[in-house]
Amino acid sequence: MNASYAWLQSIVPTSLTAEELRDLITARCCTVDELVRLREDLRDVVVGLVVEAARHPDSDHLWVTRVDAGRGELLDVVCGAPNVRAGRKYPFAPAGSTLPGGLKLEKRKIRGALSNGMLCSARELGLSDEHGGILELETAAAPGTPFLAAVPVGDVRIVIDVTPNRPDLLSHLGIAREIAAATGAPLALPPVPGAEAVRVPQPERAARTATAGGIDVVLDDPAGCPRYMGVVVRGVTVRPSPDWLAQRIGAVGGRPINNVVDITNYLLHELGQPMHAFDAARLAGSTVVIRKARAGEKLLTLDGVERTLDESMTVIADRDRAVAIAGVMGGAESEVGESTTDVFLEVAHFDPSAVRRARRALGLSTDASYRFERGVDPDLPPRALARAVEMLVALAGGRVDGAPVDLYPSPRERTRIVLRPARVARVLGVKLDAGEIADLLGSVGFVCERSGAELAVEVPGWRPDVTLEVDLIEEVARLRGYDSFPDEVRPFRPGTVPDSPVEVATRRVRERLVGLGLLEARPLPFVAGGAEGWVRVANPIAENESYLRRSVVETLARRTEHNLAHMNRDVRLFEVGSAFLPSTGALPREELRVGAVVMGHRRPPHWTEVRPPDYDEWDAKGLGEEIARAGFPGAQVELLPADPASGALWAIMVDGEPRGEVRRVTLDAPVWAAPAFGVELTLLDIESEVVAAPGESRYVSPGARVLRQAPVLRYRPLPSTPAAEFDLALLVPNDMPAARVEEVLRRGGGELLERVTLFDEYRGDSVPAGFRSLAWRLTFRHPERTLREKEIAGRREKLLRTLEGELGVRQRTT
Amino acid sequence: MTLDEFLGSTAAAERDGLARIERAADADALDAARNELLGRKSGRITELMKTLPSLPPEARRDAGAAVNRAKQALEGALEARRAALAASAPPPPTADLTMPARHGWRGAKHPVTLVIEEIAEIFRELGFTIATGPEAEHEWYNFAALNFPPEHPAMDMHDTLYLDEGALLRTHTSPVQVRTLQSYPPPIRILAPGNVYRRDFFDPSHAPAFAQVEGLAVDEGITFVDFKGTLTHFANRFFGATRTRFRPSYFPFTEPSAEMDVQCRICGGSGVTAAGPCGPCKGTGWMEILGSGMVHPAVLEAAGLDSERYTGWAFGMGPGRIALQRYGIPDIRILYDSDMRFLEQFAP
Repeated sequence: MNASYAWLQSIVPTSLTAEELRDLITARCCTVDELVRLREDLRDVVVGLVVEAARHPDSDHLWVTRVDAGRGELLDVVCGAPNVRAGRKYPFAPAGSTLPGGLKLEKRKIRGALSNGMLCSARELGLSDEHGGILELETAAAPGTPFLAAVPVGDVRIVIDVTPNRPDLLSHLGIAREIAAATGAPLALPPVPGAEAVRVPQPERAARTATAGGIDVVLDDPAGCPRYMGVVVRGVTVRPSPDWLAQRIGAVGGRPINNVVDITNYLLHELGQPMHAFDAARLAGSTVVIRKARAGEKLLTLDGVERTLDESMTVIADRDRAVAIAGVMGGAESEVGESTTDVFLEVAHFDPSAVRRARRALGLSTDASYRFERGVDPDLPPRALARAVEMLVALAGGRVDGAPVDLYPSPRERTRIVLRPARVARVLGVKLDAGEIADLLGSVGFVCERSGAELAVEVPGWRPDVTLEVDLIEEVARLRGYDSFPDEVRPFRPGTVPDSPVEVATRRVRERLVGLGLLEARPLPFVAGGAEGWVRVANPIAENESYLRRSVVETLARRTEHNLAHMNRDVRLFEVGSAFLPSTGALPREELRVGAVVMGHRRPPHWTEVRPPDYDEWDAKGLGEEIARAGFPGAQVELLPADPASGALWAIMVDGEPRGEVRRVTLDAPVWAAPAFGVELTLLDIESEVVAAPGESRYVSPGARVLRQAPVLRYRPLPSTPAAEFDLALLVPNDMPAARVEEVLRRGGGELLERVTLFDEYRGDSVPAGFRSLAWRLTFRHPERTLREKEIAGRREKLLRTLEGELGVRQRTT
Repeated sequence: MTLDEFLGSTAAAERDGLARIERAADADALDAARNELLGRKSGRITELMKTLPSLPPEARRDAGAAVNRAKQALEGALEARRAALAASAPPPPTADLTMPARHGWRGAKHPVTLVIEEIAEIFRELGFTIATGPEAEHEWYNFAALNFPPEHPAMDMHDTLYLDEGALLRTHTSPVQVRTLQSYPPPIRILAPGNVYRRDFFDPSHAPAFAQVEGLAVDEGITFVDFKGTLTHFANRFFGATRTRFRPSYFPFTEPSAEMDVQCRICGGSGVTAAGPCGPCKGTGWMEILGSGMVHPAVLEAAGLDSERYTGWAFGMGPGRIALQRYGIPDIRILYDSDMRFLEQFAP
């Protein structure tokens, strides 16, 4: 909503500056986004005091003056105005400034005399057409004061972000009402100049049909149009609006068109009542019907677009066809223009949701639809119509033909609400007595009646948003001022909700990965996807990223490419977030995943190691294990070679269940890029089932929905006996997994085997083809005594026999 | 040489040798001592061993044993002395201790995470726990349960990404309010951080997905005063001592609704800087931090609570916006690019 400071002042005169009004409106109503000074083009103009004025030696009409412009020195200025006098103040535009219209002033010589700027006329400042002389200022302001600060010519546009619940603030009257309530200043619409003698006949109330000035009005769709008023004014002269009206329209950001149209726009902004003027001569059959549009009916609207209507929309029609879309926009053919002499003026109340549907269907939002959608006061049309007639007669001439019609089949009852002061205290935390509450509400038009301990409150028609007791409680808090309530932290009871498993799992994994030197990313989850296997956004932002990711690595890979494009060769990114998988249910399946991508140097270059090795698959395998351990503390984590068809290197098994994978990541990468590896792990399924039916609850049992904790660790006594160890270098066929050999070693080693470590792989001359040499170190320990040399040797022999027997694996001989 | 003579010489050599080793002041002296005692050519013990064959056969065993014991004792002493000398030696003179240390890569949390964690830390002290909900959400939880009237202009505030009939990407974290209220009995004190989605195109201050932190407190006797007090306490903790301001606002799911501002940190609340009107606060001197209010009775009823008995308050704020302000990041898109050079700046 654009409001004009001057316009507001005309309704509620106060001593407040625009800045003070901004703060008041922001504190009590809605936020003021900005103040726009409308004569910014006069920013450079200052108050100039002419100290001396002498005739120009080489001219009979020029003056050479010395001007004090507050700069600590007098400036020579040449002036041609007959009315320049020493000791008087005038608007002064110094050299270097730009005048309205774009004239840039420079220091120059005029007939040999230097001039440092210009003393200005009203026309040069764009204030009026007066150009008989320079503008003499009656001001106490010191020389050098900005002209706009000294002279009240610069209206200020107050841009208010009006929330959807406050349609009353979409008018100057509504904002002025709040200012009046806050300041106690009187509230009155300014009289229309020249309208003192205009008499508006009493409207004729009817239900569905009536005649106004020879035009038959038929209300056929009372659901879409609960109230329709119309009046005929004949013999108008369509011409440009007077300055004051054109300025008002310009001040709120509009464009003056002609006096008739400007009057309707003026009243929309002043009262909040949209209205529409038809050229009465263009209404076929002198008939106005408010009806549903016919399927496929067409209308060329004022913006020059031909629109196809449907049966859900309410239209204003003449005998033959639609002439306006109710509450949205009028038609071009019945538009008021220079040739118009008779006007049919519509002042109606249209149903908010009907207007909203039509506006959305047509993709056509107007000042009128914006207000009707939010709710216009149904009691306002008579008052708005009377003022419109006054203005039409006063500014466009003409006379009212007959009585206005007022079709209002089911007049709205005003909303009445019971307000309990005790409830006000329970919600607001401060006890307010009924009298104070009634005064606060009364200041903005609510009518309060005491009824025992309660108040019966009647809601004014301009507040359709107020329907419940709590709406009134908000009004009380707002009108009293939010800042008037204390800021106290009062005692509270602890809550019943445990930390969500999603939060706990995320935190564990994030901390671990940050500790491992990875950087957390929070990218967008939209991907190129494909028809199969991805969840599609029905109305995506970009068609080339219209799917939701089904893995985190999928998005991290794109982020990695972004890094490579910026020459960041070492990438270590991770994210914990949602992945979305198609499901047969109402919602996609949503999983909490952790993904990580690493490539490039395994550690930062150092002077002892200029080129550290790049991450390889064994780093990736380790990362996979770390992530799984962090995500599932205490669980059995195994990385098994993945099915090559899956493209992954390893499957991450947690307690025997596949939960993720480690893979090489395919990138659109430059040739110098190191290989990239990715880890993806599902931490848990995110619950998205409906908890309970609307209006019901289903409390979970205590302890449910808490993430499984790691089993409590048990202390193992520290060994008091020495360990004995030996190494085994074995010839293992290339196709036999090391894990298989290791399993035999563990089983065959017996209970005294403490540790088995694979520490070497060797392929070379001394190893037969088809084999590799793998070396394990085995550590044995007896809990109570030192193992004897013979016992160790015995175990070694036994193990070698088992290996040979079960796997055919022999010791490597040198 | 008789056995006795031999044993005497051996004992003397051992005694002298031990003393000599003890006196050795550095590695060179120790080497000299070793050479003198055990040197292959002319060491005293070596010399004694060479004479063993010249002893009578019955004496050789005892003599051999004695000289071996002496040799072992001296070797042990040499080793011990070398270790002692090494321990007290100054570090090798080649090291330049100003050379940089060796580090691993440093990890970092995303700046938005840092802000969320800081917010959560403050609210945890006030008894709040963390609740979450799905990002793909039922339309009912996102709108109707939160008192959004169908076909109402309030819906225009949420340009929604839809997935399917009745399914959407949540436009705010407020659905977690209703999910939590349906799942746990009051008292409720939760914080719900998470990602939300709007059909907004990327520009320097808008993103189609961003983080939000929801807060909710519901119990008997919770009032507007608790609400203002708690959020003011939070603002003072989070921003350092500051002034706050509460403005009327509108959200379908709160009433009274309010927005909380804190004094602008750039201009100190004056609205102007040396360069003219303050940009970040648009010259108002205030920065908008969060939207909030008392929980609307319709929301409590939608979750099966008696709104006459229970009251509550809720808020929602954008940690992304706060991160931009706090770290001086000029463009929200930087938060999403995941550029290593950006993320590394947040390593502790």
